[in-house]
Amino acid sequence: MIRHRSSQLYASVLVNSLYAMVNYPVTLVNTLLAPLSILAVVTFASHGTLLPVAAEGALIMNMVGSGTAMQGDLSHLKNDMRLQDMVVSSPTGPGIYVAGMAISQIVYSLPTLVLLAIFNILFVHLTAIGALILAADMATIFTFAVSLGFFLSTLSTDIVQSWAFAGILSPLLTTIPPIYYPISYIPLPYRYLAYISPTTYAAQIAQSQAGFAALSVLQTAVYWLILIIITLIFTFIAVKRSRWRDV
Amino acid sequence: MRLEVSGIFKTYDGKVPALTDVSFSLEENGIFSLIGENGAGKTTLVRILSTQLLPTSGTATIDDVDVVSRPKEIRERIAAVPQEARAVPWMTPIQTITSYLMYRGYNHAEAMEMASDTIRKLGMEEFEHQKNRKLSGGQKRKVLVATVLASEADIIFLDEPSTGLDYISRKDLWNLFSSIKDRKSIILTTHYLEEAEALASRIGILNKGHLVGFGTMEDLRNLSKYPYSIRVSSPDFELEGDSWKVVHLAEGGTQIFTYEDQVYSLVSILISRGLRFTVQEISLNTIFENIIYGGTRNDKTSQ
Repeated sequence: MIRHRSSQLYASVLVNSLYAMVNYPVTLVNTLLAPLSILAVVTFASHGTLLPVAAEGALIMNMVGSGTAMQGDLSHLKNDMRLQDMVVSSPTGPGIYVAGMAISQIVYSLPTLVLLAIFNILFVHLTAIGALILAADMATIFTFAVSLGFFLSTLSTDIVQSWAFAGILSPLLTTIPPIYYPISYIPLPYRYLAYISPTTYAAQIAQSQAGFAALSVLQTAVYWLILIIITLIFTFIAVKRSRWRDV
Repeated sequence: MRLEVSGIFKTYDGKVPALTDVSFSLEENGIFSLIGENGAGKTTLVRILSTQLLPTSGTATIDDVDVVSRPKEIRERIAAVPQEARAVPWMTPIQTITSYLMYRGYNHAEAMEMASDTIRKLGMEEFEHQKNRKLSGGQKRKVLVATVLASEADIIFLDEPSTGLDYISRKDLWNLFSSIKDRKSIILTTHYLEEAEALASRIGILNKGHLVGFGTMEDLRNLSKYPYSIRVSSPDFELEGDSWKVVHLAEGGTQIFTYEDQVYSLVSILISRGLRFTVQEISLNTIFENIIYGGTRNDKTSQ
């Protein structure tokens, strides 16, 4: 028989997003709530002045949240459903499985992405090049988050552990770092701590495209380099150290 | 299908031995059943053979392809339902089977057609569009078994597929397995010894990680000293002799284990005493108890 890679990818999209969305439409509200709630809080607290920054930041958060949420989904399907074991004993390999699950996260958050895209079109004025750079920025940070999510999911032994990972990652990667607000709002000794999170670099690149942050060409290049290196390191770790077959 | 398992050892965390020097070979299609107590190593062995788990040492080959070093080739031919697998609750049976077939590389149209066909063959039409969470335990289990049976895989691993099911649901699964055993190889673990006895052409008995019995029912009977059993309704039957063993059963009645050539003379004695009795070859239950417990559990023996 001819095995279709696209079908193997699509299987994960069906299992992890489309069937859930069709059978439980309430899940769509769930994906909208997290980025929109922080967007609303930041907008109200700043009397509307930070709405454009927060709208752009919500896109970054959505990508990171989707990637890290994958570790919860993967852990659930692996530990509670044993679906991953069934897939291990099938022609689908780990790369296709994870890629499918990653795409499923994007599909799952499509309503949010569409809504945030509308906000960005209305409030953030990007050039065509700027929009492309933002898209590349979002794709890179999503790859980082997916790699981290897959790595953690293969280590987690039950869903409670996975919830703990999610609870740690969410504030460290999306709530605390300067994604929804300019980095200059963080007082100086603490500002350096923000650079521990790769999302800071992604947000800075995005903000500079919209004119919310002033980065030199050299700074932009260095931020891209750091972001790409961190992503490559986590992708490498995910590929090499994750356990597809138990030991 | 030719399965060769040679000197498999598995130790968890470097100290907990799960399998010790397990070796056997199978040379034909059909059902091979692994039995043993909880923690005997059944799941570990099935997970190794279905490429989900690496052994600590040893080799296993399927048609000369090593499951340890060439898992990709093995995965083209196998399908497995793990012990604790659950049908994804927000999906329906048809969606569950379709998505699994797509993981095996079928396109959506093919997978839908095969899933519908399997559902029809297995008589699952009445609940094919219900969410899995609404199905009974037996129906959920059937959905999972259906996913792998719908596939092209010719070697199926089922880890305790009937655990927790009522008798009728179990019989349904047995009929299902029997209907495909000529076309596919099924490697099945179970706690129901009558299931293994009824279905399997070969049986392996694991005890604390050691394979302590392997072969056909005939082979396993030959492992026992007495291959015949006479069940007497009288609870206090006694008979002196060296060619049999009399066991007074905890649940009432007496069981006499003996050699084939002694059956006739014993039956004559029982008839002469006017006792009710049944004669049969010893069951897998008895063989299992003999091997694992030495045949003494819960019973008082007189000889």
